[in-house]
Amino acid sequence: MKKKFKMEDLDCANCAAKMEEAIKKIPGVKDASVSFMTQKMMVEAEEKDFDGIMKQVVSVCAKVEPDCKILI
Amino acid sequence: MTTKQKKMLFRVLAAFLLFAGLFFCEHTGRLEGIEESLLLPAIYLIPYLTIGYDIIYKAIRNIIHGQVFDENFLMMIATFGAFAVGEYSEGVAVMLFYQVGELFQSYAVGKSRQSIADMMDICPEYANIEQAGVLTRVDPDDVEVGSIIVIRPGERIPLDGVVTEGESLIDTAALTGESVPRRAAAGDTVISGCVNGSGTLKVRTTKEFDDSTVAKILELVENAGSKKAKMENFITRFAKYYTPVVTICAVVLAVLPPLILGGGWGSWIQRACIFLVISCPCALVISVPLGFFGGIGAASRIGVLVKGSNYLEAVAEMTTIVFDKTGTLTKGEFRVTELHPQGIRGEQLLELAALGEGYSSHPIAVSIREAYAGKSEGAEPDMNRISGARELAGYGVCVQVDGKETLLGNEKLMSDRGISCVPCQSAGTVVYVAQEGVFLGAVVISDVVREGAKEAISAMKQVGVKKCVMLTGDREEAAEAVAGELGIDEVHAQLLPADKVAQVERLLDGQPEKEKLAFAGDGINDAPVLTRADIGIAMGSMGSDAAIEAADVVLMDDDVRKIAAVVRISRRTLAIVKQNIVFALGVKALVLLLGAFGMANMWEAVFADVGVSVIAILNAMRALKAE
Repeated sequence: MKKKFKMEDLDCANCAAKMEEAIKKIPGVKDASVSFMTQKMMVEAEEKDFDGIMKQVVSVCAKVEPDCKILI
Repeated sequence: MTTKQKKMLFRVLAAFLLFAGLFFCEHTGRLEGIEESLLLPAIYLIPYLTIGYDIIYKAIRNIIHGQVFDENFLMMIATFGAFAVGEYSEGVAVMLFYQVGELFQSYAVGKSRQSIADMMDICPEYANIEQAGVLTRVDPDDVEVGSIIVIRPGERIPLDGVVTEGESLIDTAALTGESVPRRAAAGDTVISGCVNGSGTLKVRTTKEFDDSTVAKILELVENAGSKKAKMENFITRFAKYYTPVVTICAVVLAVLPPLILGGGWGSWIQRACIFLVISCPCALVISVPLGFFGGIGAASRIGVLVKGSNYLEAVAEMTTIVFDKTGTLTKGEFRVTELHPQGIRGEQLLELAALGEGYSSHPIAVSIREAYAGKSEGAEPDMNRISGARELAGYGVCVQVDGKETLLGNEKLMSDRGISCVPCQSAGTVVYVAQEGVFLGAVVISDVVREGAKEAISAMKQVGVKKCVMLTGDREEAAEAVAGELGIDEVHAQLLPADKVAQVERLLDGQPEKEKLAFAGDGINDAPVLTRADIGIAMGSMGSDAAIEAADVVLMDDDVRKIAAVVRISRRTLAIVKQNIVFALGVKALVLLLGAFGMANMWEAVFADVGVSVIAILNAMRALKAE
């Protein structure tokens, strides 16, 4: 399933690209995109693993840009 | 401006004043005596930290997280380098200029986000639901299918539905780009997202909010960003290698020449710092998707939804377009277009045909009755005059009109009954009429070409589409006639839905890889073809939900002329994106080169970074402008 999340304070386009790449590397993530323009993130993964995956998503994003918040 | 931006502006001004004061003092000799001491860099650290403390904080934090090629870190190293070689004022100025650029950049991006959001401002906030005579405002999400909602003048229609009461003019501009309002009265369907004009309407909803037009459109546009164009992917990949490569070059430049050539380290470290400042790829990474975003925005402003940057890119390379005839180039409404009476008057022939087809529900019969009603001011044919109607499958009908045997049907029926008729060569469906063995004439029914279809074809030729092909399940003559009228290059008639896929595949095989093929259809039976073509174009208002789902580009008001407009928008968007790539890379390469030979200073380097970024963003914003 696909889920969309709003993001706050995503200030740099290159960071968005880095986040997207890092999220795609998380095991179980089928597809992901981080849009700098709409300040939104889309993650696609199996429903049963979703919560666990989102925890990892938050942590990899915090590594790239600690100021950016994902509104879950 | 946001609070964050205002705070930044304040910091910029404060740092600038401090810096200007210091700069003035130093150059008028007021700081003489402390120049050799450590006091001078310490004084310069005041404006430096005012403007750059957050950069240093982030740089250190990100380094701990293992982000080596982070732009904050690179800026920190570059400015520290300037301090190290004694260029204090330059170090401060670079940081200041960099922050000004960043501020500009965030302002420009915010602006463009806003203008796209404004354009997409079609989401209804509430619905007025009528319960026991009282109007209550509810969230459109909570309205069930079949509820009666009330839309007052000036309000946005929250859900798709059918008008049950009232009459009004509806402004569909936000969805279709069409500026002439549409009339809606009881029985008409209205779609969500449009604005109600003059009168109050009562509407029975036919869809839930999530399935309604407005929700679908918003979802499509939001997701458009995730389907990336080739150019976007190229830039992201490029950016991944660009920063490390430039940074490594900087290190090499700082270390090797002084070791080999000997001499001072100062000037080489300065050159390396220039490299570090330029190493951020942000201008490219921002301006490319922003350009595409603008292009998609411009297309939606004229009522065309493009479902992703990749499709916008493909539209620019479109050289072949395949049309489905019925419902796309023609209206899909059959009308009596010609009457060829033989020995009687035209009206008599039409009346006879209307009587003969009085009981049939076939589209041809319906259109004959409609034509009769139009001629006789709405009068229905007098059905008491007919009796004993018999359907002759594959031939036509046989009825008694005023007791006389009347035959209506194709040429075969006439020759079967030994009636000599004058064959009619017109395109369309021909109904021959005979009474008591005497041929009385023919009625021609054909589909009506859509308004603007001809201009659409010639406009497409003008924008560089080489081949226009038409596919249809219709007869050869009818197809040829429409093709001739519109200026179509290639026609394939009498096709089954599966044949259409085969034809499209044949055309796809025959075209060079760089060129793209589009298929435009109303989506009835052609969802497979829509998916198979490089670009599937669907008619939004007539087409089914399945077609909108399967298509890559949706024409909201079914106007085929918009296809050429989208080609122009996509070409302009691509041109802007290319300009940005060439400009940003060009300036960066030039400053890198000049920097390596010691001919550029830090100021130029900062310009090559944030200055270019701002210019590229402003340029990308042009893509948003509709023609």
